[in-house]
Amino acid sequence: MQRFIERHPVWSLVILIAAVFLLWLILAEWPRGLVAFAGRKKVFLNALLNGITLGGLYFLVASGFTLIFGLMRNVNLAHGSLYLFGGYIGYTVATASNSWILSFIVAFIAMAVLGMLLQVLVFRRMEGEELRQTLVTIGISIVLADILLWIWGGDFYQIETPDWLFGAIKLPIITAVKSSGDAVYMKYPLVRLVILAASIVIGVAMWLALNKTKIGMMIRAGVDDRDMLSATGIRIQLVFVLVFAFGAGLAGVAGVVGGTFQSLAPGEDTRFLLASLVVVIVGGMGSIPGAALGALLIGLSEQFGSVYMPTYAVVLTFLIMVLVLAFRPQGLLGSRG
Amino acid sequence: MIKRLLCSGAAGLLFLVALVLPGFAADKLKIGLVATLEGTYTVLGEDGVRGFEVALKQFKSMAGGREIEVITGASDASPDSAVRAVRKLVEQDKVDFIIGPLSGSEGIAVKNYSRDHPNVTFINGSSGAQETTFVDPSDNFFRFNMDGAQWMAGLGKYVYDKKGYKTVATIGEDYSFIYTQVFGFALEYCQAGGQITERFWVPLGTKDFASIIAKLPDDVDAIYLGLGGGDAVNFLNQYLQAGGDAKLIGGTIMIDQTVLSSKGKAKEVLTGTPGAGPQADTWDNEKWQAFVKAYQDAFPADKRFPVPSLVATSYYNAAVAAFTVLNDIGGDLSDGQKKFREGLAKIELDAPNGKITLDNNRQAIGTNFVTEVTKDENGNLVNSLIEIVPDVNQTLGMDPAVFKKIGIPAREVPVCQASYN
Repeated sequence: MQRFIERHPVWSLVILIAAVFLLWLILAEWPRGLVAFAGRKKVFLNALLNGITLGGLYFLVASGFTLIFGLMRNVNLAHGSLYLFGGYIGYTVATASNSWILSFIVAFIAMAVLGMLLQVLVFRRMEGEELRQTLVTIGISIVLADILLWIWGGDFYQIETPDWLFGAIKLPIITAVKSSGDAVYMKYPLVRLVILAASIVIGVAMWLALNKTKIGMMIRAGVDDRDMLSATGIRIQLVFVLVFAFGAGLAGVAGVVGGTFQSLAPGEDTRFLLASLVVVIVGGMGSIPGAALGALLIGLSEQFGSVYMPTYAVVLTFLIMVLVLAFRPQGLLGSRG
Repeated sequence: MIKRLLCSGAAGLLFLVALVLPGFAADKLKIGLVATLEGTYTVLGEDGVRGFEVALKQFKSMAGGREIEVITGASDASPDSAVRAVRKLVEQDKVDFIIGPLSGSEGIAVKNYSRDHPNVTFINGSSGAQETTFVDPSDNFFRFNMDGAQWMAGLGKYVYDKKGYKTVATIGEDYSFIYTQVFGFALEYCQAGGQITERFWVPLGTKDFASIIAKLPDDVDAIYLGLGGGDAVNFLNQYLQAGGDAKLIGGTIMIDQTVLSSKGKAKEVLTGTPGAGPQADTWDNEKWQAFVKAYQDAFPADKRFPVPSLVATSYYNAAVAAFTVLNDIGGDLSDGQKKFREGLAKIELDAPNGKITLDNNRQAIGTNFVTEVTKDENGNLVNSLIEIVPDVNQTLGMDPAVFKKIGIPAREVPVCQASYN
């Protein structure tokens, strides 16, 4: 932090001012001129929170994707199918057992096992052949998509939110003041907040695991130099399998999350694959903090775009991607090389 | 040795079959079926195919004494995907005619394509943008379903007079079909005296509506929902979670089986929602009930909706029209399909959802239904009949010159006013 301020004094100031301004936007009562210009405060706050929670979902999907890429240099284009598959399994478990929590556990385990199988049966056989692996993952994603369509059909599935999470809660943020002087507090869906909290916990846990544990050390070493790591006697194949399983499991968990506050249907697989591709390109391939930053940016741009410039909302995310590719092709937090 | 012999034998057989097959195929009638079997409208596309199959079954896969061969093309509701599917069917598979596409903007694109291929006949599946047949119609493009504006007939008056909704905000997917729907709703509603305060447009395929929901005004009597497929389901889910409790008005594909049969409890919020469209699920008309039964008998209960969606009905009607005409002309398409097209233009279709005839632009004139979502005895949500509006034409009973002046449906067209003369 100190070093960053010393090295980039101007940027630090800009960031500080932006943060203070944002805080003011959130907490203060909006003057009339601002309301006339930017619409009601409620809309702004909702877009902000929605963008952050949507970013949480994108992070869950993209972090597994970026982890697998970072370690194995394998662009797993079947990642979206793992998301959808996990979601469907979560739905089936949730309706059969009536337990929302259980659906997460089963979806995680099922996708982790599938990920392991993919790694052991498919990718190990073509190690180092990146193009071939990528093409194979496209093939797998097409096959999986058809199998899912076969089993679950084209219907829209929603995983039901448990009753204790259903509906909206009041946040201690004032959106407007009525003429009578009463404050109107912001109402927000509880389930989205819980999901956001969960993805932050997962993100922090992943960061800790990568930076403070022995296995994390191995993974980081593997990201930097695979051959050297295996030369030191570490069973790199085992590390590969574990990472693939974990990344796939996270995609499955994300599927349950997505099925809860959006819906599951054919086509969602490619949508989330695309989203995670954009996220990791913006954030930087192979970087967990990068995935978090990218997910946040994409989530926010989608939500603010849909509110303030609906016509161009679709373009906005890709515009960000183009800008990043033009000026920082390795991604915002990616390392060069 | 034996193995090798078998192999070469099989290869030889294949070769022979390949030689002989085209001979058979010449007698077969080749139909290209285009539906959205990918993307946010997948469920709709699947039901369209089911509707077509019901017709196929009733005609025992024969039309005009020729066996019917169906080749399916998948699109994803985008115009270019529909043209790609149609192009493959026309130029590669050499089909005799096309049934499809499903979605509004697809229809406009396929109509434009049809103009360059005068030897093939195009029968619309269920796409309902007004522009398709109203602006610059194509001679070989026929539409046996009404457009999105016709599907709104009766609704504006009903919600203003009977429900007492004086102000409405609309939210809809940002493309031609929903423009047409809002157009039809607005014309009638505004002339009845209602006010449309705001119109929100979201891209087709939007999944996260949370911010739009926050933007919806609180001070209107009702909100008109022009959404369909996965977008509609997502909207309802997030609307419930945000604690939304406004009165709703349904666009045609919002209160259709494609949404009412989705899994989860979000759809329950639609109970009591008024809407309008080319069918009422609970209509006690004999012909309609027979069609519902044929649909139910054709597929196992878990592979279909409780009652056919309007997409199934539209594809069914299109297929029945084509097969009936083919039977009349003995399957003779040798004259550049001239007789076939004359027959299509003249046919009076006794469809399950009311009589259908075509106007000079080859656009359907038919019956519309004002409905309200209710729960039937099995716990399924269905739209039940409130009112029947007969003989709805494309200009909605207005003078064509006046109607033309209003303009092509768009985001802000028509302007909400009490009279358009």
